[in-house]
Parts: sequence; structure tokens; C-alpha cells
Amino acid sequence: MRAFTYSRAGTLDEAVRILTGTPGARPVAGGTNLLDLMKADAMRPAHLVDISRLPLDQIEETPDGGLRLGALARNADTAYDDRVQTRYPMLSKAILAGASAQLRNMATNGGNLLQRTRCYYFYDSGTACNKREPGSGCGAITGVNRIHAILGASEHCIATHPSDMCVALAALDATVQVLGPKGGRAIPFAAFHRLPGDTPHLDTTLAADEIITAIDLPPQGFARHSTYLKVRDRASYAFALVSVAAALEIEDGTVRAARLALGGVAHKPWRDEQAEAMLVGKPALAGSFAPAARAILRDAKGFEHNAFKIELAERAILRALAEAAGVEHP
Amino acid sequence: MIAKPSIPDVLTEPGAHIGRPARRVDGRLKVTGGAKYAAEFSTPGLAHGYIVSSTIARGRITRIDASAALALPGVLHVFTHENRPSLAWFDRKWKDEDAPKGSPFRPLYDAEIIHSLQPVALVVADSFELARYAARLVEVEYEAAPHRTDLHAHRDDTYTPGKDKGGFEPPPKPRGDADKALAEAEMTVDLEFTQATEHHNPMEMHASTVVHHEDGTLTVYDKTQGAQNSHTWICNVFDLPKSGVRVLSPFVGGAFGSGLRPQHQLFMAVLAATQLKRSVRVELSRPQMFSFGHRPETIQRVALGASRDGTLTALIHEAVQESSQNENYVEVVVNWSGQQYKCDNVRLDYKLCRLDVHTPLDQRAPGAATGVPAIEIAMDELAHKLGMDPIELRLKNYTDVDPNTGNPFSSKELRACFAQGAERFGWAGRNPTPRSMRDGRQLIGWGMAAGVWDAMQGQAVAKAKLGIDGKLVVGSATADIGTGTYTVMTQIAADILGLPLDDVAFHLGDSSLPMAPIEGGSWTVSSVGSAVKAACDRVRDRLVGLAIKMDDGPLAGIGNEEVILADGHLAARADPSRRVSITAVMRAAGLLTIEEEARSIPYYLARSRHTLATHSAVFAEVRVDEDLGTVQVTRVVSAVAAGRIINPKTAASQIMGAVVWGIGMALEEETLTDHTLGRYVNHDIAEYHIPVNADVHDIDVIFVEEHDDLVNPLGAKGVGEIGIVGVPAAISNAIFHATGVRVRDLPITVDKILSGLAGGRG
Repeated sequence: MRAFTYSRAGTLDEAVRILTGTPGARPVAGGTNLLDLMKADAMRPAHLVDISRLPLDQIEETPDGGLRLGALARNADTAYDDRVQTRYPMLSKAILAGASAQLRNMATNGGNLLQRTRCYYFYDSGTACNKREPGSGCGAITGVNRIHAILGASEHCIATHPSDMCVALAALDATVQVLGPKGGRAIPFAAFHRLPGDTPHLDTTLAADEIITAIDLPPQGFARHSTYLKVRDRASYAFALVSVAAALEIEDGTVRAARLALGGVAHKPWRDEQAEAMLVGKPALAGSFAPAARAILRDAKGFEHNAFKIELAERAILRALAEAAGVEHP
Repeated sequence: MIAKPSIPDVLTEPGAHIGRPARRVDGRLKVTGGAKYAAEFSTPGLAHGYIVSSTIARGRITRIDASAALALPGVLHVFTHENRPSLAWFDRKWKDEDAPKGSPFRPLYDAEIIHSLQPVALVVADSFELARYAARLVEVEYEAAPHRTDLHAHRDDTYTPGKDKGGFEPPPKPRGDADKALAEAEMTVDLEFTQATEHHNPMEMHASTVVHHEDGTLTVYDKTQGAQNSHTWICNVFDLPKSGVRVLSPFVGGAFGSGLRPQHQLFMAVLAATQLKRSVRVELSRPQMFSFGHRPETIQRVALGASRDGTLTALIHEAVQESSQNENYVEVVVNWSGQQYKCDNVRLDYKLCRLDVHTPLDQRAPGAATGVPAIEIAMDELAHKLGMDPIELRLKNYTDVDPNTGNPFSSKELRACFAQGAERFGWAGRNPTPRSMRDGRQLIGWGMAAGVWDAMQGQAVAKAKLGIDGKLVVGSATADIGTGTYTVMTQIAADILGLPLDDVAFHLGDSSLPMAPIEGGSWTVSSVGSAVKAACDRVRDRLVGLAIKMDDGPLAGIGNEEVILADGHLAARADPSRRVSITAVMRAAGLLTIEEEARSIPYYLARSRHTLATHSAVFAEVRVDEDLGTVQVTRVVSAVAAGRIINPKTAASQIMGAVVWGIGMALEEETLTDHTLGRYVNHDIAEYHIPVNADVHDIDVIFVEEHDDLVNPLGAKGVGEIGIVGVPAAISNAIFHATGVRVRDLPITVDKILSGLAGGRG
């Protein structure tokens, strides 16, 4: 771990001021990912601003009937919040599919959005990684890439985003509230995480001097017909090979609205509105889902070890949609 | 039946402790944090070392620049091959008790790189954090040479090893003509199996704390399975007097074989302490736990021929396994097949392939955990083809004589394992047809397999000292790696001298104690337990001798054999009311202590005329998700025959833990190599998967009654390895029964099942 300085921010404004005025500063809250990455020398912040005691840990109703999740509310508290469990069960399920009980107790909602890839090469400073050292190359493309992206990858990076929570938030069309030196702004969830392109060292569109303050959930929670399905190499404490957040609004047996987001397959939670549209107006039956599943994967491309994810994703989507619809899988 | 000689002093009549499920005597220390591990010992002024690891797999170091690290206040020194002191030159000085044939790896010896993650420098600083930071600043330049790490690419470039390691037996000569018999067989299977590289990954990382005393002597706290092995090695490598070094290892947080050879953190800590004349600790990081030995990747072929009634007519088992460039690591992979099944035409073949990796290292049931799954999956495939029950096929080819040697088994209750395991599991209700059981989208399958491991014994010495207060102290330089050594040795000693467990203390993990071999291979109860028994028998004999000579004593004049010991007293067998306390006997004799030492020597003659082995039958139930290919192992029954079980509680824990590992071996564990870089890439336990609680469901352990008068005076065979051996095959066979999909490439991950489910069945 490189030497760094540390300060605790007393107010949100102070935190932003420190971030703005200190080169190489980063906020730290739960620290469940950042501290590991510092030990691995994959991240080298010069200064840590401790924001963990700022009053951003509430979960509150919003005027439009949605829910505001404080950036510093713990993942566990969020998952077990009555309102989240009742109105956004898919989100609760997604959070509980991630990490371990201990980590969820420590990790914050804002930090969950900012967790970084679990690509082996990103963590191993003895190898090349464009995300860690821009311009050094990508070890994974020619190396071991079983856990890597099948969608939206670039010739510079094929890493995936590791979060489960974010997949559900993407499906829910959440909004990320952030505060920077010029004030606050709202980032639609789909625009928060980036694809790698030729700047894979940038995971998100959050500026270095901005802090996440809250995540807003819209009123529509798809509580009746939604699920989160995670496929992984063991039953707990493993990142998704493929995960699916599936949400349907069903009226008289017909799909009126559909959301589908994939995890473990791309540099960000993967949405495809065209594929979702293919579900709308169709009978909420297992037989209706295959075209959408194929559509969302139409540009999928496998590498040496991860081509299986394409078939696995298709199977997981069909299964998740059937579960969400409450129908028998064929 | 051949008349069996029996071992002198064999335990015929256990007392109050042997065979009882005693709680761990060190349990309280462990759960309260009172048990200290190698990296937890400290001393004022302790310095900390951190290792810099190679980024290339093969080549030379051309330049090391440590100036940036050395410029940091608090950094004491950076050791490299360029500034190391003079070290032992001859290979034999670098050999340890578990070294195979070859030239052992010498840390910081020269500029040559022979494997990725090889230690190339040691930074020593005032704090661990500073040492770790400074290690990042050490610049190392290399001249890389072409490397090879891909066993599949080099599987034809092999050689046949000799008897290159202690405990290794090359395959027996072929019997009959297996290839011809296979060609002529009515029914055949001919299959290829692969087993991934696995790293031991004990919870505790390797660490050594070296306390440097003013007079230059060293006290070394080391994570090891053999304190004396580490002791001898340090003294040889650094040319230190044996009396100037003491190695202690009172607690070990799991090892599974990784502590059988002294590892480079020990070298580094001793190097720094002797050069800087300061106490130093070196602890490996989790990624650095992938920088030394591992279970080697293996490619196997098993071909079986049988007549329609299931009689095996041909058995071929071939294995190609990786070793390093510098040593011939060997393990018994294929011999088990020839030992387990009666067959007239057998060819067993074992070859090594040199790769640019660190030398592999024994890992729980080394060889058997690799080879037995292959033969046991092949037997299941043959049973399926024949339309025979898998147990029936095994019984059809059962043998009470080891076909490899022609010798009988000293004992073999494998039939009872099959019967009792099947009964407990409910095997009789199995529909043999694959895909015949389901619960919604979950396909349910039942599979079974047999397991086997050696019942080895080595020489060991123990001393026992009985005080006039009736307290007994026993010691031997063995190890307890979580297995229960402290507890079972305490039980053996207490049993013989008729003492409560609380009145007995057993010491281990100290190089100054009487000689014990490295703790591995399931031979510690057999070797050290026999020595403890022998030492305690001598104390008992002296005590009884004194008691029967006590004038007017209650036991005066009765025969030695007529005296029993219980509750701190000696009593007449025929009339236990005639009794006298240990204290009274010793007081009468004017003795404060009775001290005896004894060496246990294996019964070599009986061993040369018999095969001594543990056996098991493992039954597994799996639920496979038909859509997603995920597997849950919902039930495992393991029936084990391992002679007398000294402590059914700690022994069951061993088997249970091994079943968990078997689940990992079957479904999860795999060290992934980037062959472009020649480097392991998933070197942490987030990405190197071992089972978590959610993967583990019902595990039921049965110890089958087995009487063995030949294995050692305790009649106990040891249970450290046998628990894992049958598990991977039982799970693989259950997956086939559930899905109709065969995966012969361990671990059986989702992608492999899915390709079977998607690409047609079977």
C-alpha cells in the first residue's frame, strides 16, 4: 500500500471541497473494495476523504412515490428495509445475492456503484491492464477470460462490472444523485456506468470531484412480477458469471411493460430497450420470451474461455422471465 | 486365509479414553484466541519482511534497483541474490524430509528465474506496511526466456520417473496383456480425464517469526508440519549449529501438505535475522501462497474391458503429470487401480512432464485424490454400459489380496463400507436410469464411488514423564495442523495410565522434543501414537512394578497383567477394591517422577507381507439445475474403514472436512494459468473457489468396525486423507445419474455441464 493522507469530512460540502482541492483524493466509506485495491496496488489515491459519518444513510420516501436510498445506507440495511423488500423485491434480492453478510454490513450503496472489476489482471500488478495502467495492454484478451465480458467490450478492455445491486438498479431505471463543486446533478442509471472504449480506466461518468449522495428509485417497482437470478461458480460469495434482473408488468395475462438487465456480461449492467420492447404486448407465457432473450444477446461475442456465457445468459433470461411472470418454465 | 502374526504390545483392551469422542483439548485456546500461530509471536524491535515476486516465468534478472525502497526512512535492507551471504552449495544441504529427487529451489541464490511469482527480493523494514510499500518500489528488470506451462501442449514430452520420493512406489510391472484383452473385451470404456492444478490455501498463510537472541541463537516460530524438518533445513542451509536454533510450531491454521517442506518465507526470515542480527517476521500474502507447491495438473486415460457379467478383463490406467524443471515431484496416481480391482490384464503407467512451474507438493491424499476419481468414474461408466449396479460391479471384482503385490490386506472392510453406506443413504431405492428423478427444474442424481489410501507408519520417539501428583506430561516433535493430534495423543496417554484427560499434557511442534517425522500422509496416529503408547507402557510397567513390590500394599505380589489403571489408581483386575493411588506408589518408592522415552518401530516384517490401507465408500446426492447447469451436493454419506478410531469426534471432523474439500475438488477448485505469461492468475480466494457454507449440506460419516493387529500396536490406520478420495467421483457419477451428462474434466463447472446439456445427452 502506498502512503496516503487521510481526513474526515464534517459536512458534505467540506468533502466536496477536499475532493476538489486535493490532487488524487478519493472518498472512502465502507472501504470494502477500495482498501483491497490499495493493498494490491491497483489503486493509489494520494488522499482519502472519509465520508462515512455524513448523514446520508437514510432511506426516505420521495414526493413522486418512489424511494430515495441514501448513498451511505449500508447494503444490508437497504436490502432488509421493509419498503425495499415490499416495493422493490428484485433490488433486495440482488443485494443479498452479492458478497457476504459481513461485507454487506460494511458496504454502502454509493460504494456499491463504484466497486471495480474483479478481472484477475486488474488485481495483479505483475501483469498488463489498461484499466489499472492505461496503455499497458490487456492481459485478459489473450489470457484467461472465463469471467469476462461478452457484450460491449473493446480491444482495450473486456472487464465486467461486478455489482449485483447495480443490475437491479439498471432494470428499475434508478437515478443517481451526485454533488460536485458546481452543485448537484442527477444521472440516469444507464448513463452512470460506461463502456470501456479506449478509456477503460474510467468506470463511470462521475467526475473525480463529485460524490454520490443518493440513489432514487422511481415509483414503479415491479413488485408483483420481478426477480433477480444469479448464476455463479458456487452458491454464495462468488461474482456472477451471468445474472439477470427481470421485471414485468402484466395485465390480463399480457405484458404491458418489461425490463431486462444483465450482470456479469459487460463493463456495465446491460440493458437493451429494443429487446424489452419485444416482450410488450405478448402473452405472459414462457413461449413468448425467446425472441427478446436472443435480441439482447445479438451482438454478444465470446473469447477463448467465456463463449459459454452467451448460451448461459439466454437460458438464465428465459428462466428469470418465467420466474418473474410466475409461469412454468417449459 | 494366511495366519497372521500379531504385533507385540498390541492394544487389546482400551481403557476410558481410546475410542471415545473427547472434545479437543486445545479447543478452548483456539476459540478464545489463546492459541498463537507463527505470525502472532512478537518481540520488541521486531522487523518485518515483504517479498518481491517475479513477473516472468523463466529467464534472468538483469538488474535490481532497490534505491527508491532503501531511501524510505524505516527501510532496513533489501536482500537480493546480489547481496546475499554465502549459503550452502550442495543440493543435499537444501533437501528436506519431503524433497523429491532433484535440485531443491534456492531462494535468492542467483539471477535465474524458474517460475512466475518466484521470490526475487526481500524488503525488511520497521513495519509490515512499510515493507509492503517499499517492495512495490523495488525495480526488477528481466531478460525473459521462452517458458512452457501448458501440460496439454507438452503432454507427449514426458519421462518415466523412478522411485524419486519417499513414500512413492512406481507402478507395478504389467500383468497379462491389457491392450490385447481390451481389444477383445465384450464391453469396454476408454476415457480421458483431466484434473486441474489446485493450491492448498490453508486459512493461515505461511509465516515465520525469527527471534534473534543476543548470543546469536534463534527461536523460530514457523508454520510447518514438521518443526524438526524446518530445524534441520535451516541449520544446513545457513550452516548454523543445531543447538543454536529452536523451531516452534504449537498451532498451525491448516496446511493440507503445504507445510511438509520448509518454504521460502522461512529462508527469508532466517536470512534477514542472521544478517541484520535482529528479530524478523516474514508472512506471505494470499497471492504469494500460489508461489510454491500445488497439486499437479494431470491428464489420465482409463480403459476398462469386461465380460458381460461384469468381470474385468482389461485395466489400463495411464497418467501424465506436471513436475518442475528442477525436481521430480511424484505421487501414486495409477497404482490404486491395480490394487482395488481383481483383473488378469493390467497395465499401469505414470509419466512426468517438466514445466516451468514451482515443484508440486503433496496435497491431501496426494495422487489418490487424482487417480482414484478417474478409475471410479470409469467403473461407473462401465456399470452403466453393462446395466449393472455400480456396487455390484465393484463387488464382482473385489479382492482380498492386493493384485499389485500378491499380498493379503492386513484388514479390508470395504464390503462393509459399501453395505453400511448404501443402507444409510438408501441406495437400494435408486432407479439406475439417468434423469429419472426430478423436482421441478432440478434434476436429482445419486452416485457412489470407492476410496483407498495407505496406512503408513514411520519411526517416532515420545517421552512421558509422570509426576508424583499424578500429572503426566508427554511430548514428541509432531504437529497438529487442526487434525486433533493434541487430543488423540492425550487420549492414548491417559488411557494407558488410567488418568483423566485433564491430568495429561501433550507437547508437540517443538524441534527440541523427541524425534517425530513430518506430519502428513495420515500416519501421525500410527507413528507418533505408537511411540506415545510405547513410552506410556514403559511408565505403566515401572509403576506397576513398584506397586506389586510395595510391602503390605494392596497389590503386593500379584502379577503385572492382573493390575489395571483407572482414575489415578492402580487396582487388581479381579478385585478393584484392592487399589492404591499413583501418588502413594511413587511416595513409597521415593520417586518424584517416572520418566521414560520410547521409539516406535513399524512392524516391518508384517508390513512387507501385507498391504495396509484404509478404504471408503462414498455416496452423493446432487441437484442439477436443468436450465443453468448449477450443482448442489445435497447429501453425502461416507463410510470409512480405518481400523480403530481413537476419537470418533475428531475423526468424523476430519472426514467431514475432507468431504467438503471433495465437493470443492469436484465442482470448484482450480488454479487457472495464463500460458502466455506462464502465470497463475486467480491467485486469491475470491477467485480461487473453495466451498462456502451454502455449498455444504448433509454430510454423514460412518466408521465401519475394522480390526487390525498388524498395522501398529494401536490398530489405528489414520483418517487424514481417506475422506476426500472417493468424493469427486461420487459427485461426478451423481451428476451423470441426474443429467445423463458425463464430465471427466475436474472441476465440473457450470460451463462444462451446460455444454453437455446443450449438446445432446450422455
